[in-house]
Amino acid sequence: MAEKLLTKLFDVENAHTIDIYIQKNGYRAIQKALKEMTPEQILEEVKAANLRGRGGAGFPAGVKWGFVPKTVDKPKYLCVNADEGEPGTFKDRYIMTHNPHLLLEGIIISSYCVGIHTAYIYIRGEYEVIALRLEEAIAEAYAKGYLGKDILGSGFDLDVYVHRGAGAYICGEETALLESLEGKRGNPRLKPPFPASIGLFKCPTVINNIETLANVPLIILNGADWFKQKGLPKDGGTRIFGVSGMVAKPGIYELPIGTPLKDIIFEHAGGMKKGKKLKAVIPGGMSAPVLTADEINVAMDFDSLVEAKSMLGSGAIIVIDQDTSMLEVLRLVAKFYSHESCGQCTPCRIGNAWIRKTVDRMANGAGQKGDIDNIIRVASNILGKTLCPLGDAAAMPILSITQKFREELESHIKGQG
Amino acid sequence: MSPEFSDQTKQKIAEVIARYPQKKAALLPVLHLVQQEIGHISAAEEIQLAGLLELKPIQVREVVTFYTMYNRQPVGKYHIQVCSNLSCSLLGAQSLIDYLKDKLGIDLGETTSDKKFTLTTVECLGACEHAPCMMVNFDYYGKLSKKTIDEILDHLE
Repeated sequence: MAEKLLTKLFDVENAHTIDIYIQKNGYRAIQKALKEMTPEQILEEVKAANLRGRGGAGFPAGVKWGFVPKTVDKPKYLCVNADEGEPGTFKDRYIMTHNPHLLLEGIIISSYCVGIHTAYIYIRGEYEVIALRLEEAIAEAYAKGYLGKDILGSGFDLDVYVHRGAGAYICGEETALLESLEGKRGNPRLKPPFPASIGLFKCPTVINNIETLANVPLIILNGADWFKQKGLPKDGGTRIFGVSGMVAKPGIYELPIGTPLKDIIFEHAGGMKKGKKLKAVIPGGMSAPVLTADEINVAMDFDSLVEAKSMLGSGAIIVIDQDTSMLEVLRLVAKFYSHESCGQCTPCRIGNAWIRKTVDRMANGAGQKGDIDNIIRVASNILGKTLCPLGDAAAMPILSITQKFREELESHIKGQG
Repeated sequence: MSPEFSDQTKQKIAEVIARYPQKKAALLPVLHLVQQEIGHISAAEEIQLAGLLELKPIQVREVVTFYTMYNRQPVGKYHIQVCSNLSCSLLGAQSLIDYLKDKLGIDLGETTSDKKFTLTTVECLGACEHAPCMMVNFDYYGKLSKKTIDEILDHLE
């Protein structure tokens, strides 16, 4: 079995409580960071560790923090992205449920590093029970003096609040998240300006995913070189892969970055469910282009997936079996993105609605000749033509399914046109 | 503040507002608190909250209609939301949705005549390893079958 770093305490009873967490050597990283390190040293260590964002885009966390101006006459904010809406993704739920104090430690260290005194954890509205657990953990941390004024006598102050969303996939996009936190519709903003300079309440803001921040205490305690050894030199650490769909053992698997996709499915997740045959895999959440059964000999790291013309995204692996119709998969993808488009950009709003209508017609047995070409044409016109990545997130899986499974999709139209 | 909210809700609303440098930022969490107490958000609540958070009523309406979790109509005592996204569908979500429609005698988006159950579908709940799954109010239920659905519903009073 691979070494567990982030998930080490998941099986320990009551590890979500501060007493057990401290008993298991928790809150040692903030002692080291706040008492022995300067913010600059922390930034250098996190940069050197090549910690890439676990939310989907894979942007190096240290570089992101480095973009925030050091001296500025406004407050700075940390927004913790716990929206976890990418279909297939459920890893952050585990971290927040089983190890909320590891996350809080990461929040404290990152805030100290960037000079932030207020952090908001933006959690998807459906995770109400988990939001309550986070609030309990925050209250425990205040009581021990790890949050609030003059943390550990360092002179550093930090307040952390939980903010619940209300059911909108788009709010996982960082600028939509900011709009939502400000009490508005989740319409993404035009970038630049980037949130590092103009973010929440027009102030410099860092936005990091839960799993990204949970890695920070490990880097502080063990160093950048150690972290890179646990993954790849350019892409350090482990990933908590979430495997769902037609596998024998769906669940989370924390493994070194770069673990082959094939091994995750056939060794760790126990292979296919009830002797089913593999047909396709979505390797990084629904937005990731689909891989066929012949394409799963790929290492699960950002660069290898890009080479394979897909993406690592949130590390959410959805396994599709031979008995599943790819037309049905396409229908569900089209349904999701047309439902979740915020409506701000015309190509995304109209394009996704049009694709959904066409795919629904095909699914109802009324497909027409030319439908597939039309879907490809419309999806190609969404790609790269929207303010935020939702347009691409829709177009990429739709294009890959129509191109890689064209013959099967055509068979649903034959004799109709 | 209007007298129609309970003291507890009023106190929570005040606490939430204090977390932000701008009052309006409290809108989403305050809407959750109001919905928890009243069950849904009607025009009256929109106007009331607009006054409280220094917004125009239309700014509250924009938010209420944008986010799927705010109910603009009353829902049943138990709001059943079945995930209809990919991982759950691969494992039979559609047949469970059909089963629930038959069992409750309602279509999607409807409420039983005794106001006990409302049935809707929902996009990915973030519990794909337990597919197929559903949420009843804020409780998650996974690895569902017709049998487990019967058991869950039987235990709801």
